[in-house]
Amino acid sequence: MIVKKEHITVHEWQSLKAFTAARIALGRTGVAIPLKEVLNFKMAHAFARDAVHTLLDEEKLIHDLQVFQLPVFNLQSKAIDRNEYLQRPDWGRILNEQSFIEIQQAKGNYDIAFVIADGLSATAINKHAVPILQLIIPQLQQQLKIAPLIIAQQARVGIGDEIGYLINTKLIVVLIGERPGLSSFDSMGAYITYAPTIGLTDESRNCISNIRPEGLTYDMAAQKMIYLIQQSLQLKLSGVELKDESSTDNIKHPESLNFQDAVE
Amino acid sequence: MPYRCTIQNFTYVFNSLKSLLAKASPYRSGDALAGICAVDYKERVAAQMALADVPLQTFLNEAVIPYEEDEVTRLIIDEHNAAAFEHINSFTVGELRDWLLSDNANMQTLTLIADALTPEMVAAVSKLMRNQDLILVAQKCEVVTQFRNTIGFKGRLSTRLQPNHPTDDAKGIAASMIDGLLNANGDAVIGINPATDNPATVQRLLHLIDEFIHQFNIPTQSCVLTHVTTTLQLIKQHAPVDLVFQSIGGTEKTNKSFGINLSMLQEAREAALSLQRGTVGNNHVMYFETGQGSALSANAHNGADQQTIEARAYAVAKKFKPFLVNSVVGFIGPEYLYDGKQIIRAALEDHFCGKLLGLPMGVDICYTNHAEADQDDMDNLLTLLGVAGCNFIMGIPGADDIMLNYQSTSFHDALYARKVLNKKPAPEFEAWLIQNGLTDKAGNLLPVNASHLLLKGMKE
Repeated sequence: MIVKKEHITVHEWQSLKAFTAARIALGRTGVAIPLKEVLNFKMAHAFARDAVHTLLDEEKLIHDLQVFQLPVFNLQSKAIDRNEYLQRPDWGRILNEQSFIEIQQAKGNYDIAFVIADGLSATAINKHAVPILQLIIPQLQQQLKIAPLIIAQQARVGIGDEIGYLINTKLIVVLIGERPGLSSFDSMGAYITYAPTIGLTDESRNCISNIRPEGLTYDMAAQKMIYLIQQSLQLKLSGVELKDESSTDNIKHPESLNFQDAVE
Repeated sequence: MPYRCTIQNFTYVFNSLKSLLAKASPYRSGDALAGICAVDYKERVAAQMALADVPLQTFLNEAVIPYEEDEVTRLIIDEHNAAAFEHINSFTVGELRDWLLSDNANMQTLTLIADALTPEMVAAVSKLMRNQDLILVAQKCEVVTQFRNTIGFKGRLSTRLQPNHPTDDAKGIAASMIDGLLNANGDAVIGINPATDNPATVQRLLHLIDEFIHQFNIPTQSCVLTHVTTTLQLIKQHAPVDLVFQSIGGTEKTNKSFGINLSMLQEAREAALSLQRGTVGNNHVMYFETGQGSALSANAHNGADQQTIEARAYAVAKKFKPFLVNSVVGFIGPEYLYDGKQIIRAALEDHFCGKLLGLPMGVDICYTNHAEADQDDMDNLLTLLGVAGCNFIMGIPGADDIMLNYQSTSFHDALYARKVLNKKPAPEFEAWLIQNGLTDKAGNLLPVNASHLLLKGMKE
């Protein structure tokens, strides 16, 4: 038997790749995807899987947050690990007992509070949270009373409702790692909620999504966030009634995504 | 009415049919999240034993969700075919399972009882069945639908070509669409999930696929998966709508959370029928998507388990004679279906329940990156569903949807399933592939060179 090396059929339409990032013109061996492309896919999935299971780099985060000269609290949701976190979104939205006691010390009367939450990609938070805060906090520090900075682990967006209510702030901003895709394992979201209180749902928040250098850049994200923070405090509301006029894209959640976004 | 099962002097008591169904359901994270699943293995099997003894007649007397409160329940009861039910009215759920697996249950008899079964009966019997039972019975069913081609014959496996793009870019979508067609995918539908619900964008995408289909005379149909009200509005503006899409659920409240009700679906179906755009058939114009967990996610589950509610969604689908029904099984995430095992089980249940009720079932064999699953799990499920006779699956470039950020099945995956199971695409589409030099008569892909007709419009 003669074994030839010409068994891979290269697709002749490579030029179409210029129009999309989709995995097209992969070629084939028999009907199968050639190994090189199979391994590329697997590596992208590996990045996404590792992002889901990475922990927040607490030590570095606490150290880096010192630059803002604000107290820092390090809290945990009721979900004790990733396994619980993934299966009990309701537990990711409430503080555990110890954190509930700890947060009482942060009670005050604030204009704005920031929660830094791992969500579904601690990798995103490890990379992007501090750089974004550096573009925002100095601009607000003059006029607004900023609450202590709060790290929340095994947390979903809704945990900001409880925290915001307990510490008494007009506005809460939750920075959170978004569900990783194969092409974006480190995407951060920012959720802005006016008058946080337990039991709010999506329509009470504004969301800025896909914050990462290859997506919505730090500068653009900071600009949008400051705009929404100012508007929200001025109009005393957030959510569907607060339109992001600063933006040019009006991309909504697609219709077939009728299920709640995974981090919420 | 309470249901009981006594095991070694301990009596398990289940307070309602709803609770019995929930406790008898094979374990999945969504029912645990809802706090309605069995507390341990023994209670689950005890519930299955009790459920096996429940007469089918009971399901007509004890509604899982009250008739007065829910239009889906009213639809189920009002549409129930009492004459057909006479064939099986003496059965318990357990006897129904044994009969379904017997040689007396064949394509003809199963078609005869499709209107005699309620979704709750079908859900109940599925809970007593192993995976191989779900496959064997589903394989006996044949549900055929027609528009510009014929989907669902035995020995055929079709795909929805899903050429999504994060900014709805026309050339980006066209590139994926051509890639799929050259790989012999796209006979069930060319269906785009748009990144925006904006009607002008949806209209632009409808024209894009329509012109493509007509330019190359492709025996397939198009769909842009936007809200039914948007599609209805576009039909009134004379947009080229083939199939009307909508996500649907198994309770009135779930459908309300999707912004729909039954009369809206009726209106949309009538509007699409009036266009008469089908060629080989003109009675199937709806494309529905469903998925276990959507009711709980909308807090609209009424305490019923997610698989029973999913089966109820099929009653909604059935009312409007769909061309395609797609269970997007692994899209919802691990809080509802945690891992490959749960996703595979749910998909086989959905396919079985849909087929038994007479629906043209397809499955989006898929998972998200926070689920404990990978492409090997999808290969397993794809093979199982192929054997079960699933009407269609998704065809996505490299299995990676760059707009919805989840993984499904690739064009190559469909070719694999057709090859190992000796299946062909829809007959009209198969003829087109041969005519255009894309496959030979045995279904093997032929080499395509850069001057192929389909590639001509995409030069620059």
